[in-house]
Amino acid sequence: MSTPVSADHRARPSSERARRRNPLWRMIALAWPRGGRFALGVLLGAFATGAGVALLAVAAWMLATAADHPPITALSVAVVATRALGVTRGVARYLERLVTHDAAFRTLAEVRVRVYERLAATEPFGRFRSGDLVSRLVNDTEATLDLLVRGLTPPLISVVTGGATVLFLSVVYLPGGLLLAAGLLLAGLTVPLAAAALGRGPGRRQSRARGELSTALVDTLHGAPDLVAYGAMDRQVERVHTADAELTRLARRDAAVLGLGAGATALITGLTVWGALLLGVTAVEGGALSAVSLAVLVLTTLAAFEIVAPLPAVAAKLGAIRESGARLFGVLDVPAATAAPTRTGLDPDGDPSVLIRDLRVRYGPREPWALDGVDLEIPAGWTVAVVGPSGAGKSTLASVLLRFRDPDGGSVSIGGADITSHPPDEVRAVVSGVPQDPHVFASTLRENLKLARPGAPDEELWAALRRARLADEVAAMPKGLDTLVGTHGLGLSGGMVQRLALARAVLAAPRVLVLDEPTAHLDPDARDAVVADLLDAVEGYSTLLITHDLTGLERVDRIYVVRKGRVIQEGTHAELSEAEGWYRDVLAP
Amino acid sequence: MKPLDPRLVRAASAVRLHLAVSVVSGLLVTALILLQAWLLARVITGAWSGEGMAALGWAVGAVAAVAVARALLSYLAEASALSSAARTKSQLRRRLVEHVTGAGQVWTAEPGDDGEGSPKAGELVTLATRGLDALDDYFARYLPQLVLAAIVPLAVLGVVFWADWISGIVIAVTLPLIPVFMALIGMYTQARTDRQWRLLSRLGGHFLDVVEGLPTLAVFRRAKAQAAIIKAVGEEHREATMGTLRVAFLSAFALELLATLAVALVAVEVGLRLLGGHMDYQTALLVLILAPEAYLPLREVGARFHASMEGVAAADQVFTELERERGAGRPAPASAPTGRPSPAAAGDLRFEGVGMRYAGRDVPALSGFDLEVRAGEHVLLTGPSGAGKTTLLSLLLRLNEPTEGRVSVRAPGGAWTRLDAVPAADWRLGIAWVPQHPYLFDVSVTDNIRLGAPEATMERVREAARQAEADAFVSALPEGYDTRLGERGARLSAGQRQRIALARALCRDAPLVLLDEPTAHLDPENAAAVRTAVTRLLEGRTAVIVAHDTAWARSALGDSLRQVSLPLPSPEASESL
Repeated sequence: MSTPVSADHRARPSSERARRRNPLWRMIALAWPRGGRFALGVLLGAFATGAGVALLAVAAWMLATAADHPPITALSVAVVATRALGVTRGVARYLERLVTHDAAFRTLAEVRVRVYERLAATEPFGRFRSGDLVSRLVNDTEATLDLLVRGLTPPLISVVTGGATVLFLSVVYLPGGLLLAAGLLLAGLTVPLAAAALGRGPGRRQSRARGELSTALVDTLHGAPDLVAYGAMDRQVERVHTADAELTRLARRDAAVLGLGAGATALITGLTVWGALLLGVTAVEGGALSAVSLAVLVLTTLAAFEIVAPLPAVAAKLGAIRESGARLFGVLDVPAATAAPTRTGLDPDGDPSVLIRDLRVRYGPREPWALDGVDLEIPAGWTVAVVGPSGAGKSTLASVLLRFRDPDGGSVSIGGADITSHPPDEVRAVVSGVPQDPHVFASTLRENLKLARPGAPDEELWAALRRARLADEVAAMPKGLDTLVGTHGLGLSGGMVQRLALARAVLAAPRVLVLDEPTAHLDPDARDAVVADLLDAVEGYSTLLITHDLTGLERVDRIYVVRKGRVIQEGTHAELSEAEGWYRDVLAP
Repeated sequence: MKPLDPRLVRAASAVRLHLAVSVVSGLLVTALILLQAWLLARVITGAWSGEGMAALGWAVGAVAAVAVARALLSYLAEASALSSAARTKSQLRRRLVEHVTGAGQVWTAEPGDDGEGSPKAGELVTLATRGLDALDDYFARYLPQLVLAAIVPLAVLGVVFWADWISGIVIAVTLPLIPVFMALIGMYTQARTDRQWRLLSRLGGHFLDVVEGLPTLAVFRRAKAQAAIIKAVGEEHREATMGTLRVAFLSAFALELLATLAVALVAVEVGLRLLGGHMDYQTALLVLILAPEAYLPLREVGARFHASMEGVAAADQVFTELERERGAGRPAPASAPTGRPSPAAAGDLRFEGVGMRYAGRDVPALSGFDLEVRAGEHVLLTGPSGAGKTTLLSLLLRLNEPTEGRVSVRAPGGAWTRLDAVPAADWRLGIAWVPQHPYLFDVSVTDNIRLGAPEATMERVREAARQAEADAFVSALPEGYDTRLGERGARLSAGQRQRIALARALCRDAPLVLLDEPTAHLDPENAAAVRTAVTRLLEGRTAVIVAHDTAWARSALGDSLRQVSLPLPSPEASESL
């Protein structure tokens, strides 16, 4: 007998601690670049920015020295240095961008693998229902690139160059160095952080108004035929305009706040230069500073603010990356859907009969039972259908059989072995099938099929296609099995996708087939044909057909009607259409 | 792409204001830059020649004043830019919304797989909200820089020429080289990236494809094996991208190299002449301080090129949409709508050789269709998908007009008139329509039900809901009839949405009912409730029903039902692929 496994035991304390950490730090930890490439990039960037500042400092020294008409040899080093710095900056900047982008793409490739491995280990497929969520997850992974190139590199470069410049000026004239340090800190750290904090209020206010506008627009455009047919378009456009006016009012009011950052940066820059001038002139007057050093002090200060110029944009970028991180870890932190297996050695060639006893599943401690004590039997070679209204728990049954999740109670055994204590991949050698919304990869038909059995020769692929009644259509394609399908290739109709997925499942040669809602997205016309071919193809397998649609069920061996997580009726089509109950009601109202 | 779309300037008054503000503030900023450079040179020279704070105090104070003025100016410019951006976005959005909902717009009632009214609707929503937000950066960061890039280099060049013509020539020669080089490199890069694009997008999309397919991979025990492939494709992607970037970064390289090298040349040349006594210290300092300023705006524009392109692209999309041909071939309405339902909706209908071909399609959606529907009759349209059943309904709804043949109507006791002579708005007032995928709005249940009868009382709304078998589940919602339904009625199941749509039709209380596959995609239990509601809706009304499942229609409606079968318009035409 199996032991009920509760989801609560699976959460580990370490991941609990990780969850509380700032997503930005976790994102940085995830994307921590390997090797010295990234450090090299920062160094090159510091060279580039530093060359710009140094150019002006050296030039200022050269002019101030030249003003006293010394012999030309006094300037020769400065002349060479100026020209060299003129070239250094462009070259170093170009190399920096190449090196940091290269390092970032290398890191991205690794982060993708890390994210993928975590997903493959935890299988949080409950969240995969929304395609939007998956593509956002992928985009959030790609935010790594932004984090390294635009989020981390510029501030590090600023710290290195800013520190060096302050150090240099402090040697020239200590108060001048300290003044510059204060100015750079204010303009590079305080102002960007304060501006980001100030911007959060308007951001929240506007995002609510933006949501209202976006909803009104979605309603207008998607619901346009309904609006026109019911003469309600004018009222709806008025609703959009009202939402638009509110957003515009907020945005214009907030502009007064958002402009403060730019003003403050300009003020700090100007006043620091002024302060350097004030300090310098007083010091020259008092004999504490030479006139040459004054020129160097003022012009270096003037040029130094270029060092912190990229930082305000970084603050905004890091905010966006933090949000990406929060979303990404929201998915990655989901504990594994199945507990670590306790047994191994499931025989892939044994008896293919399925026995389900008192199966109970729920999606959280306070959620209602999705399956509430289901008993079900698939004798070897039988086709059994599970029908019922949507939300009855039918798909949960499929995910337990495919080992996408552990049951909270009861047992599922195949050929007498309890599958819930075997590792998922062992079970999937025995149970295979067509999941809800099967995915067609952007590759060739051949690659999509060979997924199920990597070494399969073409004859076997064709046999599988014939079985799924797709062989004639594929043979008619100019490139046959090499036809590209999926995102950028040939679009397949809903029926063809189901047949391809079926061929794939057949090719995997499991003992038990699970077909989850194979007709869910098909036209009524296509539905009948797909079901008929499907039932032909699964002959000989132990098959579980999950469907909300009663088409073709006269051909299955047994039907279970599931409602609210319980089996309320079972029998053959002939029996159920005679007996009083849900099945007959639905079949012939 | 042009940096400033002239259509943008014409279309939005806010843009013209913004440009004027940018030019004025750009001129002031230029003046302040020149003033600051002169003041710095003057003070440093003064201190060098032995002048003390007493003699230089005014100039030092003036530097502080310049700093404050520049700060104020940059605050005002940014605030006004963001404000202008908000107004421009609003102006563009209003034009866009009015354009796409305007009277001439053709709506296809043929639902896509996701039941959208128009396949482009999603793109339009994105464009009108997030897409237009690209204009923020464009307005606040790019356009003012563009103005500065036009003013500052010329002003600086003028002053440097006046101070020292030799340095002037160095700057005058290098400055124009920058845009020339950038354009040349840009053209070369474009050609290269275009060639690489397909490869890059395939490699870039691989990860998404694999993650989306993870459940499928897991079923076939291929999930773990994919990690190595992801890594390999990532490496391949990096190599291909770096190949493009090596070239793409060249333009920034040229910009940076020329700008800095020119400053270095000016510094050395000025320093040597100062040494030789051919120039005074103050002029030399002025030239050195000003030289980088000539290149700075160009570098800033270059750095913000990306932001600008997004803004320009967003504006371009808006204008492309605004210039799109409106409902071609639509006759002008014969008479203005009266606001009262047309009496013809309660009468007879006649189709004579009616055909319809959507613009840009080879195969007609409907051809040579004849039918007469008498008042009170229930007609069931059947036929394979692609036969034009939904198109026929859209003609009756006046969402489209027939491209051949004619539809006529006859009010009770009146004479036959062409349907297109009746104002569409009046005609629709007599119709209740329940589409295959009814759209529910993110407003209250009440407002959803009284969509076609805004003045309906609460009692009438409730009665309609009761008739549509919807009252029970609506009352169970947290706020009952005041509950907001969420985007596309996300709070409700497909069957519940269908019943709200039936309540909407019942509340409209119109003499002519159009139903499109009312029970398709529903689970049998919901379908049963919908059938009960449909039977009530059809009582005493004329109806045209499209349904695949003919058995229920016949059992529910009995003798009053007449079945009409539509063939495919052309032997090759099929929508199944």
